[in-house]
Amino acid sequence: MNIFIYDKTFEGLLTLVFDSYDLKIIPDKIVRNENFQASLFGEKYEVISDINKADRVWKGLSVKLSEEGCQKLYRAHLSESEEADMLIFKQIRNIFSKRHNIERDYRDELVLGIKNLSRKVSREACRMLEFVRFQKTADNIYFSPISPGYNVLPLIGKHFRNRLNDQQWVIYDIKRKYGLFYDLKEVSEITIDNKYFSALSGKIEETVLSDDEKQFQNLWKEYFNSINIKERKNLRQQLHFMPKKYRKFLTEVDKF
Amino acid sequence: MFSNEVSDKLKILAGAAKYDVSCSSSGSNRQNNGSGFGNSIAAGICHSFTEDGRCISLLKILFSNYCIYDCAYCINRKSNDIKRATFKVDEIVSITVNFYRRNYIEGLFLSSGVIKNPDYTMELLTRVAKELRIKEKFFGYIHLKAIPGASNDILKEAGLYADRLSVNIEIPTEPNLKLLAPDKNFHDVYSPMGFLKEGIIANKEERKLFRNAQSFVPAGQSTQLIIGATPENDMQIVNLASALYKDQKLKRVYYSAFSPVNDYDKRLPSLTQSPLVRENRLYQADWLMRFYKFTADEIVNKNHPDLELEIDPKLSYALRNICQYPVDVNKADYEMILRVPGIGVRSAKLIVSARRYGKLNFNNLKKIGVVLKRAKYFITCAEMNEGVININPVIIKNKLLEAPKPVKKVGVLTQLELFSKA
Ligand code: SF4
Repeated sequence: MNIFIYDKTFEGLLTLVFDSYDLKIIPDKIVRNENFQASLFGEKYEVISDINKADRVWKGLSVKLSEEGCQKLYRAHLSESEEADMLIFKQIRNIFSKRHNIERDYRDELVLGIKNLSRKVSREACRMLEFVRFQKTADNIYFSPISPGYNVLPLIGKHFRNRLNDQQWVIYDIKRKYGLFYDLKEVSEITIDNKYFSALSGKIEETVLSDDEKQFQNLWKEYFNSINIKERKNLRQQLHFMPKKYRKFLTEVDKF
Repeated sequence: MFSNEVSDKLKILAGAAKYDVSCSSSGSNRQNNGSGFGNSIAAGICHSFTEDGRCISLLKILFSNYCIYDCAYCINRKSNDIKRATFKVDEIVSITVNFYRRNYIEGLFLSSGVIKNPDYTMELLTRVAKELRIKEKFFGYIHLKAIPGASNDILKEAGLYADRLSVNIEIPTEPNLKLLAPDKNFHDVYSPMGFLKEGIIANKEERKLFRNAQSFVPAGQSTQLIIGATPENDMQIVNLASALYKDQKLKRVYYSAFSPVNDYDKRLPSLTQSPLVRENRLYQADWLMRFYKFTADEIVNKNHPDLELEIDPKLSYALRNICQYPVDVNKADYEMILRVPGIGVRSAKLIVSARRYGKLNFNNLKKIGVVLKRAKYFITCAEMNEGVININPVIIKNKLLEAPKPVKKVGVLTQLELFSKA
């Protein structure tokens, strides 16, 4: 059994594709280095991420696919599973093996698999556009923790950059322990190590919130409750649109 | 910092706006040019969902729930003894901006009872929009109610700041409107609608010539009809909606199942429950017209004046026109594929893309997301289909209504969920 181990970056996965062609060896298993166990039985190949190799694969793909077709592969990778890695690997070989562009041949299991996975990731990114809740801190930074199932942060920065362009903000993924910080000029990746911030719960201490923060949170709760039509209670539907796993940081809903 | 009074006002004036169904923030593409903040996204975004399952996209409030009128179906009518309140302009501005900056909302939807007279009220609403745009440099979504009877000058100004304006028709026919809302008439509703329509068309032309020309109601107009407060049938309602889309160029018609309020008023029907299933069927019919290229007459007509409650209008159409089926998914036009029960817009598009590479079979269709349980009676594909052999509409309907029920018992469905799987 051939096991390819890589560093879980998209660049790394593209390098893996390159190496596989180069070595003429097809992996039976793709393993992310964080999950690697030495006891795994088989021939092991360690992939060293290489921007030049990755770039050649990416360029090759962009000749074969539409822009959207390439983005689908990228988004599918953000789902962060080894099954997804294998699916993407197979699909890239599938793409290179055909003369014409196959990205819309939805009869093909690989094409459909990538499409569905990419859609799941996009949908979760959309959910984050809905459910990010900023709290204003005393030093005028708007802060929101998130904990999405997939690594969607790379997909949502632009939206907030365009929209909230005159306020500093941070969106922090507490599962993956990194965030985006917009400093009124550009968005950059950060990690936070601060005594007022709990990396575990995503909470910041109330003492560092701006004076009017609680007031607007309360007004928002008030609004949320007043706009509801009590006689038409439909919790099932509410749950469908706003699953429990996304409610953790929503100011307006009571924590059960 | 606000006083507690503002929080009480918010309670009253959000509560008073809750029966207005429109909360959509779609249709506008306003971009800040770096000199302000906020934008709007054409598809709209929901930010939360209330316990009744409805989407919160906008801060939906009344400026005031005082009203000089006495419409029978309205909780805020002047003869009701309820708590009343009126916002100040800067209170609404501040709440909107602060909610927006925290990503609670896409913008503001502001309506009002009629204070003093229509013009006075419309001016107040316009002032809020103006302050948001000019003083706060807010580029988010603004939807203002156009108060029936307001003059063209004020509407024109409102249209420069708002993304969407809506005049609510409420009651589908004029005699019934007069009966329930003696202070209103169709002229006061249709005259601003017509004025805005002309303005929107002229503005589109202008913006083709001058790209920097200020936009006028870029997300267009919408309206709302109350369902079940008066005896109009579905044919009257669907035809009215169709005419509003075609002639008045409306972007959306909303349907609001009448909630039994003011039961002391004997002009109103005595309902124990809102006609929510009917409301949902009307939304589905509306979708058929807007996204599935159906005409009003195909959905309801003299022989079939009311939508069936137990099955959706697309299935109902297919059963009444069974001679147009089965549809060959490997050959038929996109439009015809859309007419197959069990195939939605998304799957229809995937089918048309995929079949260029080769013929589709049942397994392909299933994987693509077609609901075969329904579709099998109406299609042929690369395989033999036993579903369509010698079958008649009565048998299909009975099969589809047998357990397990293909038509879910619906509660309140929002527009988003409609047809997602139908
Ligand atoms: S004018 Fe509007 S607020 Fe006033 S009673 Fe009629 S529907 Fe209600």
